Amino acid sequence: MSRNITLNINGAQHTVDVEDRMLLSDAIREKAGLTGTHVACEHGVCGACTILLDGEAVRSCLMFTVQAAGHEITTVEGIAPAPGELSVVQRAMQDNHGLQCGFCTPGIVTSLTAYLRDFPNASDDELKEALSGNLCRCTGYMGIINAARQAQKEIQGSAK
Amino acid sequence: MSVKTRTRRDILGTSALRPDAVPKVQGKFAFSSDLWAENMLWGATLRSPHAYARIVSIDTTAAWKIDGVECVLTHEDVPGKPTYGLIASDQPVLARDFVRYMGEPVVLVAGDHPETCRRALAAIKVEYEVLEPLVDPEKSIDLSVPPIHPDGNLIRRQQIIRGDQSLIGEVVVEGNYELGMQDQAFLGTEAALALPDPGGTGVELYVATQWLHEDRGQIAACLNLPEDKVRLVLGGVGGAFGAREDISLQVHSCLLALRTSRPVKMQYSRQESFFGHVHRHPARIWMRHHATKDGRLLRVEARVVMDGGAYASTSSAVLINAVTHVQGPYKCEHATVDGYAVRTNNPPCGAMRGFGVVQACFAHEGQMDKLALACGISPVDIRLINAMETGDRLITGQTILNSAPVAQCIRETAEIPMPPNMTNDTDVLAIPGGSGLTATPSKIRRGIGWGVSIKNLMYSEGFDDFSTARCTVEDGRVSLKFATSEVGQGFVTLAPQIARTVLGLDEVFIETIDTGIGSAGSTSASRQTWMSGGAVNGACKLVATNIIAEVAKMRGLDPSTLQIQGTDIVDLSGNAVESVVAATKGKRFSETYEFHHQPTGELDENGQGDCHTAFAFVAHRAVVDVDPDLGLVKVVQIATAQDVGRVLNPLSLLGQVEGGIAQGLGLAVMEEIIVENGRVRNPSFTDYLLPTALDAPDVIARYVEVPDPYAPLGAKGVGEPPCISVTPAIVAAIRDATGVDLLRVPVRPQDICL
Repeated sequence: MSRNITLNINGAQHTVDVEDRMLLSDAIREKAGLTGTHVACEHGVCGACTILLDGEAVRSCLMFTVQAAGHEITTVEGIAPAPGELSVVQRAMQDNHGLQCGFCTPGIVTSLTAYLRDFPNASDDELKEALSGNLCRCTGYMGIINAARQAQKEIQGSAK
Repeated sequence: MSVKTRTRRDILGTSALRPDAVPKVQGKFAFSSDLWAENMLWGATLRSPHAYARIVSIDTTAAWKIDGVECVLTHEDVPGKPTYGLIASDQPVLARDFVRYMGEPVVLVAGDHPETCRRALAAIKVEYEVLEPLVDPEKSIDLSVPPIHPDGNLIRRQQIIRGDQSLIGEVVVEGNYELGMQDQAFLGTEAALALPDPGGTGVELYVATQWLHEDRGQIAACLNLPEDKVRLVLGGVGGAFGAREDISLQVHSCLLALRTSRPVKMQYSRQESFFGHVHRHPARIWMRHHATKDGRLLRVEARVVMDGGAYASTSSAVLINAVTHVQGPYKCEHATVDGYAVRTNNPPCGAMRGFGVVQACFAHEGQMDKLALACGISPVDIRLINAMETGDRLITGQTILNSAPVAQCIRETAEIPMPPNMTNDTDVLAIPGGSGLTATPSKIRRGIGWGVSIKNLMYSEGFDDFSTARCTVEDGRVSLKFATSEVGQGFVTLAPQIARTVLGLDEVFIETIDTGIGSAGSTSASRQTWMSGGAVNGACKLVATNIIAEVAKMRGLDPSTLQIQGTDIVDLSGNAVESVVAATKGKRFSETYEFHHQPTGELDENGQGDCHTAFAFVAHRAVVDVDPDLGLVKVVQIATAQDVGRVLNPLSLLGQVEGGIAQGLGLAVMEEIIVENGRVRNPSFTDYLLPTALDAPDVIARYVEVPDPYAPLGAKGVGEPPCISVTPAIVAAIRDATGVDLLRVPVRPQDICL
């Protein structure tokens, strides 16, 4: 069955016809045309499709699109504070070579954004645990962990 | 791709940042899976459910009748060569009479939506006569089973016979080693978009690949088109690691596009990806090492069996790498080696980072530890005593002409401080079992292990894998053109660094990476820094010479008295004559350069010959904690010193080192495609385990910088060495912690505790 629903993505309203079974990740990519949300495992293991749903990091491949109606969706394209700028996490990823091929990067940016907002004082081991839900095949994670540390410092600094 | 970078600081030797990092962190970088075209169809592949079967009939009638289906193709619809392959053209574009592995492509469909395609695939009836699969490589060697392919079951045999064949050492150790099948597991699955030319006279393909020109050649042959009618453009690549060296959906997507006269997009699911590309060869390796009682290696005997699966891919080259590297980075005069790459009905295997040397290294490093034990000396000393040097000869008779700082790599690694011991304060996440709280901290045992390796760089056996680059300078800006696949390794960072350094200009653009220029060869074999770096360097130097000549002519100076220094053209006394920006104002200079490496030769029947181009070395020391009750391992630290020739970008280099180490860790303790009677049992990221941030060890890396006289920039390839000897180092550390003689990777919990 198909429904007409409105999705609020990055502050913009997208009115779309979707089948009940359509995954949110597919709707974001195909209906809203936001291809920054990547699909790599299709069943919630790799974290590449992570988005923020009302601010919480969720895997968009594990949700139906219809479940997201009425909620505020933020994809990697909506993470930066303003067009053309980078968020603290995005800049830290660039500065610390936290990416190579970059396929996992959007999911890491969204996951870390939510985690560091909620746990700005996380320990190194807790940061690693937070990142352990996002697979990266290129970097060996060290650059990503360094990025998380840099972003954490900046967030702590701006909170003072 | 158009890249503009800002500052002078991004020259060679600096940690220039990736120019594509900004679009990648913003989600704006277009991966091949993100491509889209007006009026586009989707393509999909029906694959064999059997490891080995005869195709009795294929009935596509019902699929054609489904609304939205535009095209259904079988082997009868391949207009050109019915097969493809990197070395031997032995793999059918679409299966005709037999399917030889689970997942082999049989029928293609194109439809208006992926779901239409899925319905169409389900409607196709293929009648199979299921046959008993050949899954034991030994049966391919002893010829006890009829050939499963017209080319036979033995893909290649290569012996190496050198020196005294009856020599027996004072100390003799032997072992049987085994490696499981590893997957490259790039995150971005195979994807391509094919755009047909009007009238079907040609096709343009946007694809994630490692080697545009090789793909083009194979595609053109299968399509029966001239090569210049097939144009390839690099689609954004989500990792490669060897898995994109072979053809996957390239020919299929072009066939569908040409037949329907519409753009066709294909993209594999994760499960399909496990069947859609080649894997690392599983191997069984027997080795016997002969040494003096004080530990000097005299002779290596080895028997190497690599399971190539159903089609040849690069198996013959992988085998050559394995057999020519069995001695490791150690002096050895005498050798008796017998190697086989065989065909079976297991999944096809080919290139993966380390390419045959990973397999050899796991065995030879196990042997070095056995030798150390038998001689009563330490794992470090046994490796130092035997460490190879420049001028030494390999068991193939080839002399190592490259820098070979093996002992230095070992010593520098040994100097790296050990990690702190576990204490009561150690976070539970940092011990084996992690938050599962399964380990009793007092019972956890720590172990230390070593691995050292040699890796050939570039292609071997007479292959001229040249690279081409064009440098154009106009109005103080540089644009670079090449066909070098950027798969994440960072050539798009390095190439502008080279241009800035040579030309003294800061603004560097990279033109679209496509087949609109000569081949760059493959992004594999740790070769692009050397080869495409050499090509970019060569093209930029030609342009620099032209700029200097122009300035000399205008000013009536002798060009030999001028050179570029920083951003200026300076005279012999170092005084600036003119800035390069000013000198190129309103002018255009353009040069193309082809870089070729030193020629190599074939191996003779005794495995003698100068078959490799160059070599790089690395040492790894692993520290692990093991819970002996449950067999769970936490890799605590990897210390490494790598022979890199010269550091061109410290940040980028560290990324290669850390990433390679994580993949080597995966092979050591986590990753295996489990194949039972030809059937893949775990084609998903739930069941094929990849290292996470919690599994990744602390990596402490040092670089040994002895510029290589043969490398155009003094720098060696760095991509593969990090993943090679880290695997045996981790396994040695587990042996050290547990006392269990582990001879197979990945090491599973039951191998330790049962």
